Amino acid sequence: MSAASVPRCCLRSVLLPALALAGAAGLFATALANPPPQILRLGNGPEPETLDPQRGEGVSTLNLLRDLYEGLTGFSPVGEVVPAAADRWTVSDDGLAYTFHLREDARWSNGDSVVADDFVAGLRRSVDPATGSKYAQLLSPIENAEGISRGELPPDRLGVEARDAHTLRIRLVGPAPYLPGLLAHPAAFPVHRPSLAQYGRDFARPGRLVSNGAYRLGEWVVQSQVSLLRNPYYWDNAHTAIDEVIYVPTEDLASELKRYRAGELDCTYTIPMNQARWLRGLFPGDLHIAPYIGSYWYGYNLRRAPFKDIPKLRQALSMAIDRELIAGKLLQDAVLPAYGLVAPGTAGYTPQRPPWADWPRERRVAEAQRLYAEAGYGAGHPLEVELRYNTSEDHRRIAILIAAMWKQRLGVQTRLVNEEWKVFLQNRRSRAQTEVFRGGWIADYDDAGAFLNILRSFDSQNDEAYANPAYDALLAQAQQEPDAARRRGLLQQAEGLLLADNPILPIYYYESKHLVKPWVGGWRDNPLDIHYSKDLRLLPH
Amino acid sequence: MFRLQSMLSYAFKRLLGAVPTLLLLVTLAFFLMRAAPGGPFDRERALPPQIEQTLRAEYHLDEPLVRQYLHYLGGLTRGDLGPSFQYQGFRVAELIGSGAPVSFRLGACAILLAVLLGGALGCAAALRRNSAADRMLMALAMFGISLPSYVVAPLLILLFAVTLNWLPAGGWSRHGVADAVLPVVTLALPQIAAVARLARASLIEVLGAPFIRTARAKGLPLRLIVWRHALKPAALPLLSYLGPAAAAIVTGSVVVEQVFGIPGIGRYFVQAALNRDYTLVLGVVLFYGALIILFNFIVDLLYGVLDPRVRLGES
Repeated sequence: MSAASVPRCCLRSVLLPALALAGAAGLFATALANPPPQILRLGNGPEPETLDPQRGEGVSTLNLLRDLYEGLTGFSPVGEVVPAAADRWTVSDDGLAYTFHLREDARWSNGDSVVADDFVAGLRRSVDPATGSKYAQLLSPIENAEGISRGELPPDRLGVEARDAHTLRIRLVGPAPYLPGLLAHPAAFPVHRPSLAQYGRDFARPGRLVSNGAYRLGEWVVQSQVSLLRNPYYWDNAHTAIDEVIYVPTEDLASELKRYRAGELDCTYTIPMNQARWLRGLFPGDLHIAPYIGSYWYGYNLRRAPFKDIPKLRQALSMAIDRELIAGKLLQDAVLPAYGLVAPGTAGYTPQRPPWADWPRERRVAEAQRLYAEAGYGAGHPLEVELRYNTSEDHRRIAILIAAMWKQRLGVQTRLVNEEWKVFLQNRRSRAQTEVFRGGWIADYDDAGAFLNILRSFDSQNDEAYANPAYDALLAQAQQEPDAARRRGLLQQAEGLLLADNPILPIYYYESKHLVKPWVGGWRDNPLDIHYSKDLRLLPH
Repeated sequence: MFRLQSMLSYAFKRLLGAVPTLLLLVTLAFFLMRAAPGGPFDRERALPPQIEQTLRAEYHLDEPLVRQYLHYLGGLTRGDLGPSFQYQGFRVAELIGSGAPVSFRLGACAILLAVLLGGALGCAAALRRNSAADRMLMALAMFGISLPSYVVAPLLILLFAVTLNWLPAGGWSRHGVADAVLPVVTLALPQIAAVARLARASLIEVLGAPFIRTARAKGLPLRLIVWRHALKPAALPLLSYLGPAAAAIVTGSVVVEQVFGIPGIGRYFVQAALNRDYTLVLGVVLFYGALIILFNFIVDLLYGVLDPRVRLGES
């Protein structure tokens, strides 16, 4: 029977359903053989400024870079240093030389082998002032790094050497036990030399960027999304579950939250702090709030009256505030009350507290009042002080509450001044106008030194102008100390000294804050708040 | 023939006149931007002096201000808006080129919606002047004008995206329709209201004019009078409003683009200024200025078409 003789109605009633059934069965079979691609959608804060590992700076940029590239070392989901492009390393007895052995099967996303010279090129590029790297100082434990970044030595004098294609030797100026963790930072990532030679500094763009991490760059639509695709040449590709990562810029926290609630994001960059309590009730399982290595404080300008040379007054103001109330009631337990500079969770370190931190509130306040009076202030002659912060709703609320506590307990008259970020930075840095100002620091690597170093008398970050030779000496000594326990002791001693001098008024330790959908597997909170997409997977949902 | 020639010479003169205006705009923006404290490389993490020096030299910031200004103008004559400070490796022209079509598409939809809906509502109100319907429409319009988009946008998202799950809460795909609905409505709402109020006032005025009374006296039905005689002159004030308004809307709204995560150029206005991304600020200012001039010019041309009393290029 020819097709033409089949009646039309028959064709419609029998053939079409049969075809549809066959089609559906086929689809089902392919679905079983090829599960749908795993696509992870991440809220990622501000738009990344570049995908060049040696020039990237912001947290959101570093998140992307860690998915694209792989350093000698990396972090496990709980934040421990683990082998990455190097599968093992050895340290010389004096702690001054590290030898890294690269994986022989490590490949760039175009199939090229990852060799030791790629890391040498990346590290040199980072400290070369011509690169304009924001993190050049991070590599200062490496021999000659400081001289090179000051422009005094050529980049090839950096104490980094490729012994052979897969062996890299790094010489240090002092034992830096945190070096393996430091090398997981994007500033220490390798560079694909042929791309750099061909495109110069414009190599980090779609169509050009060659990376050695679990992902390669797909599309980059500025202000819309950056998509990363699986790098088929990645040495551990077989264990990578997520096929595509879509990084969505989410500058507006409220919008990010709405997109998460509408199911358009699997993880958020952060949450609006003043909604922490509400979110805890709404998404108890999704909300992840965990210690993060960052501190928030008020700095005193020690160059100017009234805080210059009057440590008692500084201590009085510090003792008069109620940190538990600020962290709990005001900031809804999305931060931890702080009495020191180094945040809890920092590797191999016990955060220090002043002795009065454990006193009951009444005793603390009474002592604060005594110190305040001893400093020459009282009801008839109240302290008038300016408190400066950069414009933000959270900073404002904290400032108002602290000013109220000072007023109520000591009678201090506080003038609140808010400034746009760049104006604030400039004024804070000039140390000529400020009295009390907002300060904060997120450690670049997991070590107490990353916090304590910024208050050395000569450090460019020291906006308080704190200068205690004993403090500087302790930190210098710690830098040369090979023994881990003794080094820790020196650092803790330095923090103790700092807290006794009160150049800062610690307020809270940061916590990382994310909403993570229950179907995102492998997510673990860690103090570095580093989450590699290669360690995550989407569970059936 | 004479008419076309005079039109062309008028157009040429107008566009030529735009050059000094734009130059003034760029000059003002350039020096005002530099007068703001802080620079593109000021950040929490202080840079070592040598590296900051490198970065400043890379963008010519180490040269005297006047030289930098001339350098920028020199670039402009070659059509180069310079490199962005914040988005390294991107040229300003490239950022505007990728953002402008998005903002333009959203803005054009919003304007179209505003003209059609706002115009219809305004006419309806004018024809039922002082009736209950008129009062209600105008009250609604007042409400629409006063409600800022940072209130409207989150409410719309909460209702249509989070609760009902009908539309996406944000994001943008090149050919998507669903993700444009909420931003277009948010953008259009205050415009619908403004257009409705203007259209009503203007139509009422025209309907009281002597030539309409003549038409009425001749016994023409109202519908025909409105269509044939009243709408055209009533559209004139609306045009004067729509020119600059359209320029503002198609160059993107900071709030709408930020809230819906749309890759337009609106958010560069604020973000670039905060980042002290000098070239990007100048680029968007120049682009916006040029658009306003262009739209005003188009409005003037349309005036010539719509209003027989205006003869362009004739003294």
